[in-house]
Amino acid sequence: MTRDKGSVRGLVLGKKKSLSVLEGLGFRVGQALGERLPRETLAFREELDALKFLCKDLWAAMFQKHMDGLRTNHQGTYVLQDNSFPLFITMGSGSQYLEEAPKFLAFTCGLLCGALHTLGFQSLVTASVAALPACKFQVVIQKY
Amino acid sequence: MAVCIAVIAKENYPLYIRSTPTEDELKFHYMVHTSLDVVDEKISAMGKALVDQRELYLGLLYPTEDYKVYGYVTNSKVKFVMVVDSSNTALRDNEIRSMFRKLHNSYTDVMCNPFYNPGDRIQSRAFDNMVTSMMIQVC
Repeated sequence: MTRDKGSVRGLVLGKKKSLSVLEGLGFRVGQALGERLPRETLAFREELDALKFLCKDLWAAMFQKHMDGLRTNHQGTYVLQDNSFPLFITMGSGSQYLEEAPKFLAFTCGLLCGALHTLGFQSLVTASVAALPACKFQVVIQKY
Repeated sequence: MAVCIAVIAKENYPLYIRSTPTEDELKFHYMVHTSLDVVDEKISAMGKALVDQRELYLGLLYPTEDYKVYGYVTNSKVKFVMVVDSSNTALRDNEIRSMFRKLHNSYTDVMCNPFYNPGDRIQSRAFDNMVTSMMIQVC
């Protein structure tokens, strides 16, 4: 089976586009969840409160568990660590399916970004996975 | 029973504004617009005071001779402004609070509608019906 350059390029572009579509879907869902979940508490006085909301309430609502770790450099960058990401548990453990992992993470990145957007923070979320089923989400809050 | 109800977005433009049609609507639009200053003042005052639990309900914003204006802000900085008739003194604080809570629930439902783009005008019939039930019944 031979593939010429044109169709390979098309495949690569298609993959990038589908990841961004997934992220867009996650963004819209995150916006809605950001409105519905924090009920009756106006407790987000600072970014850290919003991030804690993401790690506890949002993650519990989506995956019935809390985020395993939250680290920050106190300058707008946060790293959220999940040691057993539920979408990866059934896939396998170790480094077997690392190439396929971004497809499952794109929606979740959009979700985090959308929820933060509703709470009033512009952010950039990227995800990285070293070994299934653990993954890290890096959130950079953008200031103007 | 409210005379005018408005939903203002985070960037201070109206997402939904409705008043009873007998009076001229411009007066109510102007009243809602001026009340936004008071809302912003209350929000920033709450931010400075070290209160553990901040309230979403802002309370009476300012009274005029005919009307009273109440405010409420959500976590996503969307503001609800309600104008009620001063002569209707039977309305108590917790009734206003429950009206705002219903508004907040309906607004959350609108937000969760996948066909609604956040930032557009609210055109949901369910939201309209809920607001109609809260406005004065003028036949």
